[in-house]
Amino acid sequence: MTAEVLKVAIQRDADRVDTFDVPAYENQTVLDVVSWVQQNADPTLSYRFACRVGMCGSCAMMVNGVPRWTCRTHISKVLDGNAVTIGPLRNLPVIKDLAVDMDPFFDKWIAAEGVHHGALTRDDEIAPIDETSATRVEANAGIECINCSVCYAACDTVAGNVDYLGPAALQRAWTLLNDAKDEGRTAILDAVSGKGGCHNCHSMGSCTAYCPNDLDPMSAIAGLKRETAKNFFKRGH
Amino acid sequence: MKVAKGITSRAHPLWLAYIMHRLSGLALAIFLPLHFWVLAMAMTDPVRLDGFLHLTEEGVVKLAEFGLVFLLAIHMFGGLRLMAMEWLPWSTSQKTLAAGATAVSFCIAVLFFMRAI
Repeated sequence: MTAEVLKVAIQRDADRVDTFDVPAYENQTVLDVVSWVQQNADPTLSYRFACRVGMCGSCAMMVNGVPRWTCRTHISKVLDGNAVTIGPLRNLPVIKDLAVDMDPFFDKWIAAEGVHHGALTRDDEIAPIDETSATRVEANAGIECINCSVCYAACDTVAGNVDYLGPAALQRAWTLLNDAKDEGRTAILDAVSGKGGCHNCHSMGSCTAYCPNDLDPMSAIAGLKRETAKNFFKRGH
Repeated sequence: MKVAKGITSRAHPLWLAYIMHRLSGLALAIFLPLHFWVLAMAMTDPVRLDGFLHLTEEGVVKLAEFGLVFLLAIHMFGGLRLMAMEWLPWSTSQKTLAAGATAVSFCIAVLFFMRAI
């Protein structure tokens, strides 16, 4: 890194951007920069983080117009000269500064039947799972989602359609559909084939392009499109 | 300046493939009424149609035809790409497919253009 001082523009609300001079360090993440501003320049700056190691999914922000997990994004990778612009995640209501209201994101997670549909009790034997089966491979592909909402912020379909469940919720539905331990097949297919369901997706692929964990929600949604279509021709609804 | 509105995260091959498919479809939809209008002249006014067909000798019309074939090729390959992506359980190489579709459509358009001139 050559710059000694970073010019950090932070969006405070719809019409206000504050610019801060932040000292540059080696191995500095975007979250480090935001934390420096909050601790040294403006204690009223609101933002959200918890684990700092890319597991909790709470620190996602727009960095130079791109949704990113800020704790695992080195500032040197995103600097434009010595400047960077940081804003709250797109497609979610802003509470204050960089903190967004994640309720719509998680409400849609539930609306897509992203909950466990169990049929067994604690007294039943644990069902053996074949890790090599095709459905398990599909399920495994999506289980590392950390609910950071980066895909939700990247998606233009979410931006244009408030009812659309979004990439994360639909990928969760696809994961559960392929999980041998989940018994919610009918409920899931009904939930994802409705008004805001998988068929709204235009396969723009921003979810897959920007997922920080390299997951592929677009292909998961394509899987849901196939399954709901098969189901339609089989059951007639 | 509104950071969230000014999203620049669309600069990746899949989104570009999406927007090219959309715009080529729109352009073709705008072209179709004109196309049918000229075709209808065969029934209503054959002399005028002949006059119209002579226009195809013009360089600028040839260029427009090149654009048209390019749009058709883009839209067809874009559609095939989308159907393959959504109806066949392919999980990888979609970017390669998108790029391939664009390349093939460009080749076809160039071939027609070469024949036209």
